[in-house]
Amino acid sequence: MLKKQSKRRRRDVASLVTLAVVLVVYLVMQQLINAGIINAFLRGIINLACINVVAAVSLNMVTGLLGQLVLGHAGFMLVGAYASALFTKSVGWDLSLSLFPSLLIGGLVAAVTGLLVAIPALRLRGDYLAIITLGFGEIIRVFAYNLPFTGGPGGLSGIGTLTSRTNPAGMFNYLFPIAAFVIFFSYTFGTSRSGRAVLAIREDEIAAESSGINTTYYKLLAFVLSAFFVGIAGGMYAHQIGIIAPGKFDFNRSVEILMMVVLGGMGSITGAVISATALTALPELLRSLGKVISNIPVLADILGNFEQYRMLLYSILLICVMLFRPKGLLGRAEIRILPIYDRWRNWRHNKKAAAGKGGGAT
Amino acid sequence: MYYVTQILNGLGSGSIYALVALGYSMVYGVVKLINFAHGDIIMVGGYTIFVLLGMNAPLWLAVAGSIGFCAVAGVVIERVAYHRLLNNDAPRIALLITAIGVSIFLQNLAQLIFGTNQKPIPKMFTLPAIRVGGMNVSNTLLNIVVALLMMAGLQLLVNTTKIGKAMRATSEDAGAATLMGINTNSVILFTFAVGSALAAVGAVLYSNTYMQIKPMMGGMLGLKAFVAAVFGGIGSIPGAMLGALILGLAESLSVVLGQSAWMDAVVFALLILILLFKPAGLLGQHMKEKV
Repeated sequence: MLKKQSKRRRRDVASLVTLAVVLVVYLVMQQLINAGIINAFLRGIINLACINVVAAVSLNMVTGLLGQLVLGHAGFMLVGAYASALFTKSVGWDLSLSLFPSLLIGGLVAAVTGLLVAIPALRLRGDYLAIITLGFGEIIRVFAYNLPFTGGPGGLSGIGTLTSRTNPAGMFNYLFPIAAFVIFFSYTFGTSRSGRAVLAIREDEIAAESSGINTTYYKLLAFVLSAFFVGIAGGMYAHQIGIIAPGKFDFNRSVEILMMVVLGGMGSITGAVISATALTALPELLRSLGKVISNIPVLADILGNFEQYRMLLYSILLICVMLFRPKGLLGRAEIRILPIYDRWRNWRHNKKAAAGKGGGAT
Repeated sequence: MYYVTQILNGLGSGSIYALVALGYSMVYGVVKLINFAHGDIIMVGGYTIFVLLGMNAPLWLAVAGSIGFCAVAGVVIERVAYHRLLNNDAPRIALLITAIGVSIFLQNLAQLIFGTNQKPIPKMFTLPAIRVGGMNVSNTLLNIVVALLMMAGLQLLVNTTKIGKAMRATSEDAGAATLMGINTNSVILFTFAVGSALAAVGAVLYSNTYMQIKPMMGGMLGLKAFVAAVFGGIGSIPGAMLGALILGLAESLSVVLGQSAWMDAVVFALLILILLFKPAGLLGQHMKEKV
């Protein structure tokens, strides 16, 4: 028989393995970027993927954990992006010094905006909540167009970035660890006391309330946390791209973030991470594939102009996922280390047993 | 006089919102679905007119063709995208996401076929000029009259005909309606067809008023019409009309005050205010949520 391990020990092992895997991936990618094996094109995709992962995981906190549809996430991302960019532009410190505080400020300003939106909005739920957040998202964008310090429709440009010829992994060194931390935080939040309260509200708000859960508080908490992290994603985006404009944070952007959450499975963090990465990389990779196979005219044309077809494909995907797999690809399941570890132990155990019998077993 | 023409303008654009809002309100009333794609049906109607007029079809054919095509499009959308979910009692969030998917699909399909740029629509109706303060308001009056007629017709349809009764029954309790021998599936299809046909009438008025169409025109228009429907009380036909007219007035008011840059914000601020203080809308009935 397989030796039983204590639950705590198994959890510790799993956490350590996960940490080790993340560290190894980080260090290997960092070295590959520094060595130039990952070129500027791939580097851009990886950095954007980190940003989108943060955005998707943050939306998952409300849409997955709380079970409410929010259509104005681009608005909070815009607030975070502008706050963070205005901070680094105005203090004039070296960016390696000011980037981290600027991201925090972006997140905090977005969280405060989220709180202001949430207090009235969370009195509603379901369809109405979706529409009212959409309304707030549009209002935020109108503000960005018209306020004196946001640069109007042209937005802000000349935002500093850490990536340079001498330091190609400059932004990556910040973006990857932040993304990893947000995933970690989101996971621990989901399993914490507060997180379970939020889950209870998702399952049945009235039952949760009658069990003594302060539903208003926990709904606000999930909403504000979500706005905070998507604000950070906005700050990351501003400093990765260098230019921000209100038009970049429109309804389509909200849908794109929603798409990442829905496709992976509402409530699944690993699902959100995988689909955010895939949806960031896919358009770019398909476009470069179109350049490679330029001798096949029609296909190359479609792939080469993929940007035109991207939203069309997204919409078809969105409809198909909802029709045939309404819980998303992973549903609420997570990809975990432990089951893989168990399978490996079983496999090793069986192999040992087989060896003990002198290879008699087939 | 400037103010009078601005008020008329507001009522004119409000009438277009009203035609879309009526469809929103009706579909929501029957299947409790915010049909996000409804605004884009207007765009479909607009492009149908554009194509038909481009083929030198007579005006009446272009108008009728657009209305027919939109009704069919509405039915197809219901069958392909919503039917399965409605029948399986899928979570509301899934329905809403599907509706958003349909909306984006229509917008991008139109963009692929007709290009991103706006298309001009030739002059459609030649009406005798009615001048108010030096401005010809005959088109605006046409919008208002058509919208009022449509609202009255819809009110009659829902309140006096047999299918209207079936619609009200389905809206009240779809399960019980089925038990009473009402074919709720065909009622839902009929609702989508009528709603989309109304949107097509809106498309005719829109093309006649603004004389240009573009693939993304349905997005904001649909949203504002939805706001209007919620404002007036979703599910209520006169409410949708009233909400849309108030919305149109609020927009033209922000233009009068020289704040046209904030127009969209004003619309959504109205939505937020009404949802906070009278969630059922101006003329809507407040329904208690069942436990």
